[in-house]
Amino acid sequence: MNAVSKWYGAFKVLNEISLEIQKGERVVVCGPSGSGKSTLIRCINRLEEHQKGDIYVKGIELNDSVKNIAAIRSSLGMVFQSFNLFPHLTVLENLTIGPTLVRHMKRKDAEERAMHFLRKVRIPEQAHKYPLQLSGGQQQRVAIARSLCMEPEIMLFDEPTSALDPEMIKEVLDTMIELAESGMTMIVVTHEMGFARTVADNVILMADGNIVERAEPEEFFFNPKHERTRTFLDQILKH
Amino acid sequence: MATSEILEHPAELPPVLASGPWRWMRRHFFSSIGQTLLTIVVAAIAIRTLWFLLHWAVLDAVWVAADPQVCRDAGGACWAVIVEKHRPILFGMYPYDQHWRLVLMIVIYLATVIASLTPACWKRSLLIPMWIASVTAIAVLMFGGVLGLPYVPTSEWGGLPLTIILFTGSVLFGMPIAVLLALGRRAPLPVARGLSVVFIESLRGVPLITILFVAVNIFPLFLPAGMEVNKLLRITLSIAVFFACYQAEVIRGGLQAIPRGQYEAAASLNMTYWQTTRRIILPQALRICLPAMTNHIIAAMKNTSFVIIIGLFDILTATTAVMQDPLWRQFYIEAYLFVALVYLVFGLALSMYARRVESWVAVGRI
Ligand SMILES: Nc1ncnc2c1ncn2[C@@H]1O[C@H](COP(=O)(O)OP(=O)(O)O)[C@@H](O)[C@H]1O
Ligand SMILES: [Mg+2]
Repeated sequence: MNAVSKWYGAFKVLNEISLEIQKGERVVVCGPSGSGKSTLIRCINRLEEHQKGDIYVKGIELNDSVKNIAAIRSSLGMVFQSFNLFPHLTVLENLTIGPTLVRHMKRKDAEERAMHFLRKVRIPEQAHKYPLQLSGGQQQRVAIARSLCMEPEIMLFDEPTSALDPEMIKEVLDTMIELAESGMTMIVVTHEMGFARTVADNVILMADGNIVERAEPEEFFFNPKHERTRTFLDQILKH
Repeated sequence: MATSEILEHPAELPPVLASGPWRWMRRHFFSSIGQTLLTIVVAAIAIRTLWFLLHWAVLDAVWVAADPQVCRDAGGACWAVIVEKHRPILFGMYPYDQHWRLVLMIVIYLATVIASLTPACWKRSLLIPMWIASVTAIAVLMFGGVLGLPYVPTSEWGGLPLTIILFTGSVLFGMPIAVLLALGRRAPLPVARGLSVVFIESLRGVPLITILFVAVNIFPLFLPAGMEVNKLLRITLSIAVFFACYQAEVIRGGLQAIPRGQYEAAASLNMTYWQTTRRIILPQALRICLPAMTNHIIAAMKNTSFVIIIGLFDILTATTAVMQDPLWRQFYIEAYLFVALVYLVFGLALSMYARRVESWVAVGRI
């Protein structure tokens, strides 16, 4: 990602962001609300369009080409703050709709794969329920499983735990930690500093559309270079 | 200590309100002087009306009579007119000795529709062959000209079968058009948006009668010489398009209720626009606007009666024609009540079914 900028109207959300992430790397993005974290990761899979600069995913340029967008999206999985499960489909159907419709997998194979990932996120017994019958934490784990069913190489998380009650945050974070241990490339927007410290290779602080600091967790938390990082850490660690 | 105090305190029960029919009546009908007066006046009117209706419709009514003079002497309702005229009312000008074909058609139609509305039958492998078979059978029965059945042109069709064909045809053609128009209005392409808006707004602003008139009298002028589109088909399509314009606005409301996150989740799974629309967005949107859609479907059923102005004999027009008979014409109220009953049965069935579907949606059965 090179010198990427984006505006909403006259408001510049991303200011010449340059960022490189290696395969297998796990990056946590944090920063105050409105700093452009969501916009940044949503630009990576074209839920938002960047207006300047270049984005390459696995060497493919992200531009207007429908083919490129499809190729890039097929290697990306995305988990949203509000889960965005399909409420009219059962959990199992939520997981199989992508593989059957987009990947033209056979229903039976897709269901086997779905059950495999439901076991991974530890809710295989909920397969035939509807999303709204599950707790928030369970729904978010279904959402993670839904992404995994598409066999992505990179997972994007946009504040996956901030809509959850405290007791459910842990079960989702545990799932994410396991995913990290399996070697998945991950870009995670979160304020869970514990997660950042144990899992991340790199922590990024964003403010006002800029990357203020990027450092390894050790450095980031105990020896931050920027004043801005220090005040941000003070603020969130107080709570 | 505080806790034990609370625990020892006997649980307070809600006061038991005195009940029973008298109290209920007093509370709802006689709670004040004004209300008491109102209750008495309304009751008096209701009793008088019911008394009159009972006499007219039952006690003084004539049920069977070959001669209308019997009715005139009795002074009550003349249900005999329906016994006498039900066949031309229900079947219009269709050849009298061929009416059995229409009875069979209605039976096939009802069986097909009832099966299609049963969730257990919602399989493409069942529904598609079933509809092809039914439509073929109904076409053979209605037209004839094969299997030794005499040919009957559409100009002689009439009555209930015609109403059924107009209604079913306009809903079956109209729903897909409505969905396309609703999608078009929110489409990413400005051209599709513009076309849909112009189409919907211009047709919604015009009375159905005008559209039917154009379809019957003006549209043929634009066709190349010698080419003809069946009048019944033109009428069905006109009602369908009119229906679709209203239904499109209802569906658009449903589409607007779908949160953006649903589109984004589908996009991140790499689903295409049509995959997203068909599998994610429409199923949710249509469930949301089901009650409002039912409204327009029932209205479409009643709109079929507008074909009176272009000389098709649907059940209502057929009745008007039948009641020109000078011997029986003074009993037109009974005849129209009969037609109203037929509409009511279909309309009630539709709205009861719609309510059932809503409850299925509510419990997540469909
Ligand atoms: N669709 C949009 N239209 C206009 N402004 C937006 C839109 N989405 C986000 N913004 C603005 O862009 C800024 C960055 O938003 P976002 O990336 O969601 O921040 P974060 O995720 O860091 O809280 C915010 O000030 C927000 O108000
Ligand atoms: Mg955000």
